[in-house]
Formats: sequence, structure tokens, C-alpha cells
Amino acid sequence: MKHGLFRAAALAIGIGAAFPALAQDKILNVSYDIGREVYEALNPLFIAEWKEETGKDLTIDQSHAGSSKQARAILEGLPADVVTFNQEIDVDMLAKGGMLPEDWRAQLPNNASPYYSLPSFLVRKGNPKNIRDWSDLAREDVQPVFPNPKTSGNGRYTYLAAYAYGLDQNGGDAAKAQELVKAIFANVPVFDTGGRASTQTFAEREIGDVLITFEAETGAIAKQYADKGFERVTPSLSLFSAFPAAVVTANADKNGTAEVSNAYLEWLYTPEAQEVIAQNFYRVNDPDVTAKHAAEFPEVKLVTVDEVFGGWDAISAEHFAEGGILDQVFVNQ
Amino acid sequence: MPALVQKTPMPGLRLSAGITLTMLSIVVLLPIGALLLKGASFGPGNVWEVVNRERVWTALLLSFRLSVFAALFNLVFGVLLAWVLVRYDFPGRRLVDAAVDLPFALPTAVAGIALTTLYAPNGAFGQLAAQIGWKIAYTQWGILLALIFVGLPFVTRTVQPVIEEIDREVEEASATLGASRPHTLRHVILPMLTPAALTGFALALARAVGEYGSVIFIAGNIPLKTEIAPLLIVIQLEEFNYDAAAAIGIAMLLISFAMLLAINIIQIVSRRKMGHV
Repeated sequence: MKHGLFRAAALAIGIGAAFPALAQDKILNVSYDIGREVYEALNPLFIAEWKEETGKDLTIDQSHAGSSKQARAILEGLPADVVTFNQEIDVDMLAKGGMLPEDWRAQLPNNASPYYSLPSFLVRKGNPKNIRDWSDLAREDVQPVFPNPKTSGNGRYTYLAAYAYGLDQNGGDAAKAQELVKAIFANVPVFDTGGRASTQTFAEREIGDVLITFEAETGAIAKQYADKGFERVTPSLSLFSAFPAAVVTANADKNGTAEVSNAYLEWLYTPEAQEVIAQNFYRVNDPDVTAKHAAEFPEVKLVTVDEVFGGWDAISAEHFAEGGILDQVFVNQ
Repeated sequence: MPALVQKTPMPGLRLSAGITLTMLSIVVLLPIGALLLKGASFGPGNVWEVVNRERVWTALLLSFRLSVFAALFNLVFGVLLAWVLVRYDFPGRRLVDAAVDLPFALPTAVAGIALTTLYAPNGAFGQLAAQIGWKIAYTQWGILLALIFVGLPFVTRTVQPVIEEIDREVEEASATLGASRPHTLRHVILPMLTPAALTGFALALARAVGEYGSVIFIAGNIPLKTEIAPLLIVIQLEEFNYDAAAAIGIAMLLISFAMLLAINIIQIVSRRKMGHV
């Protein structure tokens, strides 16, 4: 009896391995660290839709980690069919490595960013330190918490947003902007290596007065720690943070998953998907969904990396390179 | 069956030696070789330029200094623990004995988060420490604590079998010859334990130097204050600077190698001394 079962199982596995295409479609979505919840909500909907449209069963495997780390893993052989990242430079890395076309931004609407977010604030109950904007983070009595910009894309956005605010407030004076960012960095009590670790530090260890992370995260954290009464504060100005999506064509062509991979990413722009994404506190472009959730997303002046910094290449060279502006404000505290 | 008779007393020596060397090459020598190759292609001058920065020196110094402290603590405490576990019988001894291995089994991230939870200013022990103005988590104390934790089993586990082998008669003989207990400890017991304890010390040290997962949660990671060298490597990787990451890796490798070599030499010397006793 036992043997019979084993044999049947072995046979089933053998068949499955020999004819994977017949058994079902399967794609691997390699994604950023904090995207677990949104894709957990999205994937079952697309799987149902795909079944209805094509009659095929689809499995979507998810892999979540820091998106730079993920890009590195794909370059080293992780067989991702699609990537959904939170940093455009990491998709560019894949393009440079020949994993997908250089013009990946043109493959999907809105520069291949189905949704977006921005660095925003989460403060303690009642906002006791009255933190409203980036300038408050430089006050001596305020301890901001955000991840290390050297290891976290999330931290890099925070750095750039604060810098952009500094430029905006001082008529483009780079020295003044650096002064502001330096003062903010000097107030940080703990630099965790990733966004979720910073959340732990702020929410569980109760360190710091304000957590700076993507607006989508502030929403999710406020919901998760509802008993602690954290409050979301949107600064007056912030940085448009694209969440780019792309088909890893080199892998998808090899795996025969190009069609389903494209359909999956295009589906992210449908009202159905956009609604789910908005419920996960990301800002979307669909006008109806945006109008419905208007109350949750306060007005904010959004600037882009291209406008303020002249693109990611310029940022890498000027800010993030060894000995660049980030190192100067970071280390010389 | 005469064909199956082995010519040497060691059965399958060639085969097992071959397998061992192949495994050793794949698991240990190849990665280290790749690291050195990466450094060689980067150029010694460039490697030196990466390492010779204030931030890198500070991190290297911090990592190795705290690792030595942690290993020294584990040396003393580990021998003590091994002694207690072997020589005394008390309720729960087996439980404690089993618990010694926990730092091996626990994922380091779990250990790091657990320690941070306990020693953060709002944690159970962190609150007590805060009352006397002692900050543990997010300071160098926190790093030391994590390094002690991950290195604890090494000394205990290497010394334990040696203590089990020591005959009571040796101590009794020492006592009947008129030696005081401290004298017996100093001149009879400790020399026998030294080689094993040093091995444990070296292992604990090596483990602490390379530790990343648990430290990263409790360190605070403030540049020049609580930033460990392995974090700098991760930072370089995060920015796709493979060469700079390899450079710091090579620096750590060389320093570790020098330290382990020194410990081995001490060990050889102490073994020789033992031989003359």
C-alpha cells in the first residue's frame, strides 16, 4: 500500500517534470522586499483571469528581497520571468547585462511603472513633536529613523527626497541642501540595512520620533500597528518613486513564458488590479481609482529624479559613488 | 576473497583522500581562490586604495577588536561552562548541555532580532540597563553581545571531551604530593586544556570576524561608530562595486589568516611544553 503510493507519487512527479508545459504555466516574479502583501493580493486575481481566458492553470512564484540584490541574483542566473522592482536603476542593471531590452521603459505605459509612491512620514500617536516637513527632521529634538541609503533603495529615496526639498527651499543652493541633509543624518539613531528592519526599530523597539519610508509602507504599518495609533504625515514636497515592471525577455523567451509574462504586467494597469494596488496604499494612474481613494492620498508636490538630479546616472556619479555627496553628509557627522 | 584484501591498514585511503581533497577544493579553496583572483585583476594598488580609507580602517579595527574581546570572553566562560557540565551533576544539566549548541542551530538573523528585542531600550534587559545609564543595543556593547552569543559553543565543545578524559587520579596525585588546589589547577589542569581551548578560541574568533546576520540588527550601523567590516562589503556589493567588495574581503582574509597563524604557533609551542612536563 505504502509502496503503491510512493510509486504513484514518483510517477506523478516524473510526468510533471517531463511535461511541465502541459501541466501548467509557471512564472517567477522577482520583486522588491516590501512587495509581499500587494502581490499576495494581486496574484490570485490574475491566475483566475488567466484560467478564464486561456483555460490554463498558472502558478506565480514570488521572490522578495532588496531589489539591487535581486538584480544581482538574476544576472547570476536566477530564472526570473518578470521583475517588479522599486528602483529603476536595478532594471537598468538588467538591461546592461543583456537580460532585457534597453528601452524597457517603452514596453509598458507610464514608463513601465504600473504604480508609484513617495518617501513620506509616519509619526507617533498625536504627533507629539509636531513633525510636518523635511525641515523638522533636522531639528535637534527630533530623531528620524530610515534605512541605510548605502544598502537600501528605500533609504536612497529618503536621502534624495530630503535633498530635493533642500534645493527647493533654498533656490537650488546645493550647499544649503547638503547642510539640511547632513543635519537630518546626524539625528538618526539607528541605520538598519533594509526598510522592514527600520520599521521594526521604529514600531517594536520604539526608537525615534518619525519613520521615513514609502507612503505605501506608512499606510501598511499604520494599519498593522493600529493599536499604537501611528499617524501618517505627508511632507510638502517629495520624490516621485517609480515601481518599474519589466519582462526579463532573456529568461521568458527561454522558458516559453513571454506571452503570459507580458499579459501579467499589462494586467497590472487594469482598473481591477489598480484598485487592489491602491488598497495597498500605492498611488496609481487610473483616474477612477485615484478619484475613489483621493482622501487617502493627500496633495503633495512631486518632483522627479530627472527634473532635480538629471537622471540616475548623474545621481550615481555625483551622490552615491564612493566619496560622493552621500558619503560626505553620512560619515562626517 | 583475496581480491578484497586491503594492502594498507587504512581501507580506501586513496579514494577517501581524493574525495576529501575534491570537496575541500570545491567548498573552500575555489571561493577563496576566486576572491584572490578578483583582487589580483583589480590590482594590489587599487585594493590598497579601497582599504586605506578611514571608514574601512575604522570598521576593520572595530570588527577585529570586538571579535577578539568576544573570543576571549568565550575562552574563559566556555572553559568554565565545560568544566561545570562535565564535573558537576545538577538537575537540568542535560538541558543546559543541549542548549549550548543553540547558537549553532539558530538562524543568525533570529538570534540578532531576539537579542535586539531583549536589549533595546524598551526591552526586558535593556530597560534595566538603561536605569544605570548603560545602553547595550545599537552600541558596540550590542555587537559584542551578538559576537559572544554566536561564538559561545566553540570553546565549550572543544574543551568538554578533554575534561572528560582527565582522570581524577591525576588531581588526587597532585593533592597527595602536597599541591594546593590553585596550584593543581594552574600547573596540572590548565596545561592539559590549553591546546583544545586555543582551538576553540580560534574557531570562536573566526566565527565572530565573519559574522553578519545577527550583528546587523543590534549594531545600529552608524558609520565610524558601530559599522562592522562585513557591512561595508555588503554596501559595496549593493552598489555593484564587486572589486571594492573583494578588496575589503581580501583585507579581512589576510588579517584573519595572520591571527589564526599566530594562534596555531602558540598552540604548537604550548603542545611542546606539554611534552616536556
